[in-house]
Amino acid sequence: MIRNDVAITPELVKEHGLKPDEYERFVALIGRTPSITELGIVSAMWNEHCSYKSSRLHLRGLPTKAPWVIQGPGENAGVIDIGDGLACIFKMESHNHPSFIEPYQGATTGVGGILRDVFTMGARPIAALNFLRFGEPDHPKTPHLVSGVVAGIGGYGNSFGVPTVGGSVGFHPRYNGNILVNAMAVGLARTDEIFYAAATGVGNPIVYLGSKTGRDGIHGATMASAEFDDASEEKRPTVQVGDPFAEKLLLEACLELMQSGAVIAIQDMGAAGLTCSAVEMGAKGDLGVELDLDKVPCREEGMSAYEMMLSESQERMLMVLKPGMEKEAEAIFVKWGLDFAIIGRTTDTLRFVVKHHGEVMADLPIKELGDEAPLYDRPHIANTYQAVIRPESVEAPVSDADALLRLVGSPDQCSKRWVWEQYDHLILGNTVQTPGGDAAIVRVEDGPKGLAMTTDVTPRYCEADPVEGGKQAVAEAWRNITAVGGLPLAITDNLNFGNPERPEVMGQFVGCLKGIAEACRALDFPVVSGNVSLYNETNGQGILPTPAIGGVGVLENVSVHASVALRREEDVLVLIGETTGWLGQSIYLRDVCGREEGAPPPVDLAAERRNGDFVRQLIRSGQVDTVHDCSDGGIALAVAEMAMAGGIGAMITAAPDNMPLHAFLFGEDQSRYILAMDRDQAADILYEASALGIPAVTLGLTGGHSLILPGGQAISVKDLKAAHESWLPDYMAGKA
Amino acid sequence: MKSAVIVFPGSNREGDVARALAQAGSKVEKVWHAETELPSGTDLVVLPGGFSYGDYLRCGAIAGRATVMDAVRAHAARGGLVLGICNGFQILCESGLLPGILMRNANLKFICHRQFLRVERTDTAFTRAYDKGQAIDVCVAHGEGNYTADAETLNRLEGEGLVAFRYSDERGQVTTNANRNGSMNSIAGIYSETLNVLGMMPHPENLIEDLIGGTDGRGLFDSLVSSVARAA
Repeated sequence: MIRNDVAITPELVKEHGLKPDEYERFVALIGRTPSITELGIVSAMWNEHCSYKSSRLHLRGLPTKAPWVIQGPGENAGVIDIGDGLACIFKMESHNHPSFIEPYQGATTGVGGILRDVFTMGARPIAALNFLRFGEPDHPKTPHLVSGVVAGIGGYGNSFGVPTVGGSVGFHPRYNGNILVNAMAVGLARTDEIFYAAATGVGNPIVYLGSKTGRDGIHGATMASAEFDDASEEKRPTVQVGDPFAEKLLLEACLELMQSGAVIAIQDMGAAGLTCSAVEMGAKGDLGVELDLDKVPCREEGMSAYEMMLSESQERMLMVLKPGMEKEAEAIFVKWGLDFAIIGRTTDTLRFVVKHHGEVMADLPIKELGDEAPLYDRPHIANTYQAVIRPESVEAPVSDADALLRLVGSPDQCSKRWVWEQYDHLILGNTVQTPGGDAAIVRVEDGPKGLAMTTDVTPRYCEADPVEGGKQAVAEAWRNITAVGGLPLAITDNLNFGNPERPEVMGQFVGCLKGIAEACRALDFPVVSGNVSLYNETNGQGILPTPAIGGVGVLENVSVHASVALRREEDVLVLIGETTGWLGQSIYLRDVCGREEGAPPPVDLAAERRNGDFVRQLIRSGQVDTVHDCSDGGIALAVAEMAMAGGIGAMITAAPDNMPLHAFLFGEDQSRYILAMDRDQAADILYEASALGIPAVTLGLTGGHSLILPGGQAISVKDLKAAHESWLPDYMAGKA
Repeated sequence: MKSAVIVFPGSNREGDVARALAQAGSKVEKVWHAETELPSGTDLVVLPGGFSYGDYLRCGAIAGRATVMDAVRAHAARGGLVLGICNGFQILCESGLLPGILMRNANLKFICHRQFLRVERTDTAFTRAYDKGQAIDVCVAHGEGNYTADAETLNRLEGEGLVAFRYSDERGQVTTNANRNGSMNSIAGIYSETLNVLGMMPHPENLIEDLIGGTDGRGLFDSLVSSVARAA
């Protein structure tokens, strides 16, 4: 039991993650020495995770508006209008630090938290995605982390009952001590039934709902705001434990309660639990909040105010109810077997008052806890740019066929079936495009609309050139949605970086945001929600800058879409977009030549938009149903993936004489798509493209059982598939 | 035809099966687990997929003892039709309506994938729309689907023709590779002695539309609707 009159020493302040000047600022703000509960509250509100103190300044530069945006960043999740009175509500969030310490529970609570963000706003979750990065495969911890994280994501989503339809899995030594687990949830609501966090009305009851409060997760958000070292294992007790069953009940009970008209405001208890949710509801509504902790349902006896305010026990919600509807609300929660307690009320004092055993444990100005959080313009230095690598300067160390076979079976490019088969991706019966395509497609209710969704970023591009890398991440998400026939509408971003107190890391952050903003503007693809995860660093080694982009788009008629699988023999393969043979930062250069260097491929955003709009129109008009975007591994890997998915071979006949063949096949020039269609169609489309000034060439033909490269080197589709499918299961079985 | 879909805390495929039943032409009513009676005129009771009670204790163990299960047992005893899918199959085994038990999958992992099943007999209310020996393309999504029973039970199931479906390849061949969860005799579903109760791990309700992977699951729901119509 922690008493409230513990003396506040500099050591105690430090343990709470507050810098001396931050503490002084707080003392000046309240005009006295804080109690330990107050110190806990401010440490929760002013840590990096909750206050965005290093990033806020730069996030302001992101475009967040469009006619279809209903709610941009600042709420539990972003909301966009998808027509027919429906809104799509979505967000992505990281759970990196907890997942490294305790992979199963870290990942489950990451999924649980993001699902809660979405249904807090009144949406029923219809899809989940994720973005995962692990250390190098040879690192002794990697298999254990992969196994635990994947099981955790599945364990939560499967039980909760949401299909996990897409994601990204990759490996790199820079994640050895700091993996990335970013979870994204997408939900549906009616546009006139969206719920927000801002409280209204004085004297209204504040209600606690869901699971009981325990001692788990205390200081979780503070942990997420510091670097790791070898002693981080000791932080295991700060990781929360997830209960998807409780969350499923909470979902049903909340949606039922929302239908009853009793809810004024709602906020889930995520990072920093009761503190953060109560302060946000009051501060956003310009109201004070008074809590009586004697009423909080507790799992353990003798919990102090300090512990209750900082607990991150999962599956809990805070609501402001319409007065007089308490009984009706309670009945719904009792039916679902969940705790329901009136623990406070709204006030007109603009104070955050916490009482326990009749004593005032905290009495703080509520607006200042949020609005007056420190804001830093941290020093940042631009990265040193790497030289452009000319295609002619890269020699091919192996034959193109060998290179391709190596790439399809490499850790980053191999099939991730071992992962997504552990996720229920079919529940709800609306999954039109299952994992393995460019973007997942989920039908909206009974149709005809559909949503396309994807998570993307190429961290090695961001490392080499943050601005171009940031642009590319957004462009690739936009491209993947386009490649299935979707109209890209908005993104959520999960900005994973190292220690912002280091100017070069801050430089990466600032650079990536600049690129992201530029691409969002050029592509009409605003940011509606997001999360910043800094201090992804262990023993001074930061991760690759990894601003993961979660994109969502709409298909007006979901039955008209494209997929990557070749469907017919003797189709013509057409390549849209310009090819220069860009090998800098390519997978070929890294995984075949052993060189991770050079400037990454630039993205011409005007060309991106023009090429994408052209391809989307071809899909929507029903002219083309087979499309794959060209990304990692270039043309060769894209065609190989199309062949493997369709079980049909192909012959690449194009071989320009102005660049080495391996640069043509494996270069990673951006804004490109490969389409398959019959001959007549191809002639029309090539003509149409040339009339519009869009680069388009015949790449080859489909058919047979092998992939034949220019010059006649052939690999059977069977061999490609064997290499593609075997690496991950073999690795996880300890055989690779 | 009227179907009652039982909803337990943690059920999550009740909407999927309700959609499949409605598509086949059945009226559907969802019934809360705390009810003591089924809606009057119920022809078919469905125990849907999900994680009832969070799979705590054992899968289906708590739901198998829920209040509504007395009414379900009485319905079955009267010869009424009962279908348990996935968690519903686990509940049927736990409630004593079907023999055996579903253990952890052989690889100890949750698995979700498309799966062919061989239809073992087509003279029941559940399968008359299929051909005998037909391989149907449906899906599975479970962590505990490994059907296990003692030798005597297994012999009885086989001897009396109570195996409904077996995991197979696309040609209907029952192979070890096709039996990914490790079920005894590749059993994917079984009938009660009187053939009015069916428990199965795979999900026919998720394969009812060309747009969403195929329509091989429809036969089961069409069979039920036509069987009830025929009996009326």
